[in-house]
Amino acid sequence: MRVEPGPPALEPFRALMSRTVVLPHANIDTDQIIPARFLTTLARTGLGPLAFHDWRYHPGGAPKDDFVLNTITAADHRILVAGDNFGCGSSREHAPWALTDFGFRAVISTKVADIFTSNALKNGLLPIEVDAATHARLIAAPGADVVVDLEAREVRFDGRTTAFEVEPFGRRCLLDGVDPLGFILSRLPVIEAFEKARAA
Amino acid sequence: MAPPHPPHPRTLFDKVWKSHVVEPEAPDRPALIHVDLHLVHEVTSPQAFSELNARGLEVRRPDLTIATIDHSTPTLAAGPDGRRPYVTARAEAQVAALRGNCARHGIELFDWESPNRGVVHVIGPEQGLTWPGMVVVCGDSHTSTHGAFGALAFGIGTSEVGHVLATQCLFQRRPRTLRLRIDGRLPPGVGAKDLALAVVSTLGFSGGTGHVIEYAGEAVRGLGMEGRMTLCNMSIEAGARAGMVAPDETAVDYLRGRPRAPVGDAFDRAAERWLALAGDDGAAFDGEISLDASALVPMATWGSSPDQASAVDAAIPTPGTATARRALDYMRLEPGKPLIGTPVDVVFVGSCTNGRISDLRAAAAILRDRRIDPRVRMLVAPGSEAVRREAEAEGLHEIFLAAGAEWRLPGCSMCIAMNGDQVRPGKLAVSTSNRNFEGRQGPGARTILASPATAAASAVAGAVADPRTYAVASHAG
Ligand code: SF4
Repeated sequence: MRVEPGPPALEPFRALMSRTVVLPHANIDTDQIIPARFLTTLARTGLGPLAFHDWRYHPGGAPKDDFVLNTITAADHRILVAGDNFGCGSSREHAPWALTDFGFRAVISTKVADIFTSNALKNGLLPIEVDAATHARLIAAPGADVVVDLEAREVRFDGRTTAFEVEPFGRRCLLDGVDPLGFILSRLPVIEAFEKARAA
Repeated sequence: MAPPHPPHPRTLFDKVWKSHVVEPEAPDRPALIHVDLHLVHEVTSPQAFSELNARGLEVRRPDLTIATIDHSTPTLAAGPDGRRPYVTARAEAQVAALRGNCARHGIELFDWESPNRGVVHVIGPEQGLTWPGMVVVCGDSHTSTHGAFGALAFGIGTSEVGHVLATQCLFQRRPRTLRLRIDGRLPPGVGAKDLALAVVSTLGFSGGTGHVIEYAGEAVRGLGMEGRMTLCNMSIEAGARAGMVAPDETAVDYLRGRPRAPVGDAFDRAAERWLALAGDDGAAFDGEISLDASALVPMATWGSSPDQASAVDAAIPTPGTATARRALDYMRLEPGKPLIGTPVDVVFVGSCTNGRISDLRAAAAILRDRRIDPRVRMLVAPGSEAVRREAEAEGLHEIFLAAGAEWRLPGCSMCIAMNGDQVRPGKLAVSTSNRNFEGRQGPGARTILASPATAAASAVAGAVADPRTYAVASHAG
């Protein structure tokens, strides 16, 4: 049995300038991001080729020439712009693992599901919610150059700047490469005291 | 003048949350929350265990951790050589990895031989592991099921599974609260699944995002625990973090005598604490919505997300959005035509939404002395070994077999279709599970979500059918 090491140390994330990939459909759920039949893996790496598998390949396995992920170079398309309400459904962390392994570092939508957001922030993928007007402009401009500035909490595109909110702890983990498990482990004395008080 | 209610009236959620805060939220980090019960299964845990193993960490509270195998396990029996028909060697390796990790860390695993094995959200309640007032987590979004007991129960990702294994704690932002009052009584032939689909279609696919829903009102009180589990189970389909129902005598009665519930005096003392968890009069919610149960009818989905649902006897809607149009294209359904009568290829009864004994009884009540349409393949997968034993003791399996359905071993089966139980491309399934996403039941599979009664009626008709036309006693479970 192959033993997978811990998560790769995350590169700190400050600002990112990249072209966008647009998937305009609303309600893209985690079953679309990576279908369940690929979840029998013991690894968290190497899932990029499975991202959007059933949209990306014909049933026989040949890539669909007209599907956007098959037409771009991942290295300079690191921002995914998705239709309304992204990442709903299953809690599978394989979804952000597949997206980051493909090369994405940020995903922009009008709404991003709770568990997906939590999972993404732990894996160097920044989920960004923007207003409908900004979203519509981004959707209409596939391949546009966009700056995602986590320090300033701004998306800059087409000469305009849009502020976004990000959960402060997740932001800190991304900015400074903080390891959340290490951080919780540092709270063990408090956890022990809590358990002792409760047992009393 | 006496105050009308306690000086600081609190909701059920407030009470459960407060008693689990190890460290309160600060501007730069969420609250640290203690977990009472961590349920683990083979699919979302291997990378978490690997991380612990790579860092040389132990599982901190194996006594609060229970593992089962359910997602990728075959539902066909072992062959004469004792080998289980796993879909792939990888699926088998994943189960072996969980077995190894549980042995290494001293975690109790409900393995193949265990009489307790089953779908993770079915076994927690039925073993009496889930108690009111607990915080319950699992690497699975339908952990919301356990909220039926007044527990705060929610799904987490694999990294968080690792956090809980290593520390028994979790960082969480305090969610907002939403009270959903469901007044009136469910009409005959309308069950908890119909109610759940009505709730999800009312709230919309992301209407609950960031919220914990507390279900209240006469219709919720009137549900048995299994129905409440079905309702809470689908909270996540509206994007909610969790669903909860205040513990009452129904919950206490359900738990009394369960294998892992407290016993004797300890039970009575626990029951008193549990009953005190109900929200105080006048407690404030961030949002309130109400629904009338008495107007409900059997529901079915017509699209490719669970909120795209309407009355089973309604016409297929005319799409008002690109999303709806895309969904109808995928489903190959024609707007304006009745959904009833649409030919069905596969019927699945099971899952953590509808794989409990009351669900199997509801399906069997319709199948008794009837045969399913010969063109339909019907699978019944009980939610657990305990459900399987109970069903077989009542002879339900004989009703399913005599009707022409397959009686399988417990597991997630066609709910997630990762164990080989799949709907073939283009085929249409009526399923009692919780998700009808594109490809959820297999690549190209088309799924209609419905209650066990509607699923069974559709199997008999060979087409989507209204269970009310098959005269049976009402199913409120
Ligand atoms: S039955 Fe379906 S929803 Fe429930 S735990 Fe299994 S895969 Fe998840």
